[in-house]
Amino acid sequence: MIDSPLPDDGAPLLRMRGIAKRYGGVTALDGVDFACRAGSIHAVLGENGAGKSTLIKIIAGVVQPSAGEMFLADHPVRFATPAEATRNGIVCIFQELSLLPDLTVADNICITDPPRRFGLIDGRAQRRRAAELLARVGCADVHPMELVKNLTLSRRQMVEIAKALGRKPKLLILDEATSALTAADVASVYAILHRLRDDGLAILYISHRMHEIAELADLCSVFRNGRHIETFAKGRHSDDEIVELMIGREYRHVFPPKPVRAAPPPPVLTLDRLSWAPRLHDISLTVGSGEIVGLGGLDGQGQRELLLALFGVLRGVTGSIAVAGRPVRPTSPLQAKSPKIGMALIPEDRKTEGLMLPMSVRDNISLASIAQLTRGLTVDRDAETRRIDDMVRQLAIKVDDIDSPVATLSGGNQQKVVIAKWLMTEARIILLNDPTRGIDVGTKQEMYQLLRELADAGAAILLYSTDYDELVGCCDRVAILYQGRILRELRGTEITEHNIVASALNLGLAGGTEAAA
Amino acid sequence: MIELRLWVVQRSGMFLAIALFILMFGIYIGNHPAGLTVNVATTAANKGVLLALVAMAQTLPVLTGGLDLSVGMVFILCNCLASHIVIGSPLQVALGIIAVLATGLAAGAVSGTIIVYGRLQPIITTLATGAIFYGIALLLRPVPGGEIDTNLADFVTYQLFDTVPTTLVLLVLVTAAVWLPFRLSVTGRACLAIGSAEGAAFMSGVAIARAKLLAYVLSGFLAALAGLLLTFITFSGEASAPAGGTYTLNSIAAVVIGGTSLFGGSGGVIGSIFGAFVLRTIEDLLFVFDLPPLWQPLFQGIVLLAAVSLGAGRVFRLRNRLELFG
Repeated sequence: MIDSPLPDDGAPLLRMRGIAKRYGGVTALDGVDFACRAGSIHAVLGENGAGKSTLIKIIAGVVQPSAGEMFLADHPVRFATPAEATRNGIVCIFQELSLLPDLTVADNICITDPPRRFGLIDGRAQRRRAAELLARVGCADVHPMELVKNLTLSRRQMVEIAKALGRKPKLLILDEATSALTAADVASVYAILHRLRDDGLAILYISHRMHEIAELADLCSVFRNGRHIETFAKGRHSDDEIVELMIGREYRHVFPPKPVRAAPPPPVLTLDRLSWAPRLHDISLTVGSGEIVGLGGLDGQGQRELLLALFGVLRGVTGSIAVAGRPVRPTSPLQAKSPKIGMALIPEDRKTEGLMLPMSVRDNISLASIAQLTRGLTVDRDAETRRIDDMVRQLAIKVDDIDSPVATLSGGNQQKVVIAKWLMTEARIILLNDPTRGIDVGTKQEMYQLLRELADAGAAILLYSTDYDELVGCCDRVAILYQGRILRELRGTEITEHNIVASALNLGLAGGTEAAA
Repeated sequence: MIELRLWVVQRSGMFLAIALFILMFGIYIGNHPAGLTVNVATTAANKGVLLALVAMAQTLPVLTGGLDLSVGMVFILCNCLASHIVIGSPLQVALGIIAVLATGLAAGAVSGTIIVYGRLQPIITTLATGAIFYGIALLLRPVPGGEIDTNLADFVTYQLFDTVPTTLVLLVLVTAAVWLPFRLSVTGRACLAIGSAEGAAFMSGVAIARAKLLAYVLSGFLAALAGLLLTFITFSGEASAPAGGTYTLNSIAAVVIGGTSLFGGSGGVIGSIFGAFVLRTIEDLLFVFDLPPLWQPLFQGIVLLAAVSLGAGRVFRLRNRLELFG
């Protein structure tokens, strides 16, 4: 595809011609021509497995292309390492954070090029530089001498952005860089990116969030199956058209219809004044059989802690939890998943809390239910294989051989493996912690369908999501948390993006609807 | 103020080791019939510095998230080599010392090269190279013996100006010349970065191979210094496998007592030095309390467990069980 509709006709900063990348027999990129220009924010769109990440990794010197050429300001270049790309002004903020947890914020920001005196690192100058950069990204509250591992995910992401700016990039690449940010931080990142664009930087931006693209991008490029499909100026295609380009098929309604109920369903999970000082205060909530209840609000208002408290991870929880009317008090995930309680938690970070990456798909899926699959002293391999095959079919997990390591699957399929693991336990209460973060549109849609099917089959579902669209589309009720308390519960037609945002910020609701306090 | 607090908190393991040493050494001196005399201090210093150097050698690979099981064997190899060549005219002695230290550097470079470019695991690599180094030591000294320049040995193992144990001064000099530049160099920081999260370090454009290699090379150098010092103390060389093994294991213990994380990424050699002093003082305490020296391993084990438990105390305060594994 020729980049004809580009508004700027100066020479591109970075140009790629015929770039291909093959991993063994798999083609990740197939003859891609691509260019990006100084002074523009360029969004790269596509489902997982479309080749976006490979494209970025080639530009950033993490992997080398199998074929094709790359030009930086019309000079042919080839980067063997990320360090080489950085020296040429290409700085990348990856989805997997590249911070060093045991080092201080200042050490991290100046990791490769600290200020030096007599050849040795000048700690004072380094702290000053870090403080300046932190102030620039609106994070003056982070102390440069604090260890990165003591920061929240959102702050870490901001430190990552400060670190990238400190390297004086000409081309800045953000790969899902806002997925962990709080709303306030997102706003300041947008402001920074706009300012950098006006200063003449080229910015490549990868995101799965449509409204971010609308707000930020000047140009969009869509990738599908390792090919560059189209590049166009913002506003030339509607959201629906873009999604069609990405998935290559007609765009259907993303969310399955919600059931209409005459009376509230019988409660499965009942929380009464659940507290975990200082993060949770007097949480009272019920989730009925067949219901999907959302947890909303700004990021970091206690939603994650609530799920962890229910799943027996936190110590010192007060208040009461009842399952089907019987009080329970799980003190470990082992107890929480037992048939007596029947909980499952789909964790936030599948790589560290969800999966054993080097182990096979089979071992991962049967991990939580291995006791049920055991006969005598050994696992019944035939029964295990049958159950796993059912799961792979039911969730449409794309895997050739269930004995291959789960690390070889794409992100969306890995997340399906995590879900399959918990469906195997036949849990009646399913807790989900931001389950679609960093997952492609197609898989998300399957996920929404699945959640509704599980609910229809009688499960009680408690869903925390940072994506407001998702809460609006999926949930029968949404509890908005603010500083560890339930501020409001939205139901039925009250569940709109506007109301969630307004409630999250502790504002009034639109349309005069009365909400339960 | 907040900066001082963060600075102290991030070095709590080191301060703990220092406090533990002061406490134990205080008890020792308080019960010693002669009290704190120059001779008592020198004897304690010579033994302490020996293990401290080996513990420093161990610290650098541990900071990168590795482990060096060959430090004890490099120590023994350099002891055997020194008992052959550090003798004769002043020039010969000087050349001999340089050759011994170069041998340590080379031994570290061999292990480091295999680990970095051969991509083998540090534990198994250094187990193998350690055995090889010990084999060479046996070739050099099939039976204990040899000699070393007596004047130099006396100078090193007595006191400066009849007050300060020379080995202690040497330890301070080595620390200032090796550790401080290392800690404040880009390469040294890269070592900590690798131990903290190697993938993230790579993605940040950190020069990983060079940094890791340097950690093992410097480790070999420090172990060679210890081997040299051992020869000055004993006036001979001995290819003793038990001594090599004991020093390796004690060096790991000293590193842990000194507050360096075995996962890598945090800690430093100052803590390890005091960790080594703590282990050494146990022996002295047994002596002043007239307990049989055979009890030493038992007490070392208890102190090690106690030190590690102090560091693990935070586990009981954790309110999120997930953090147990972070």
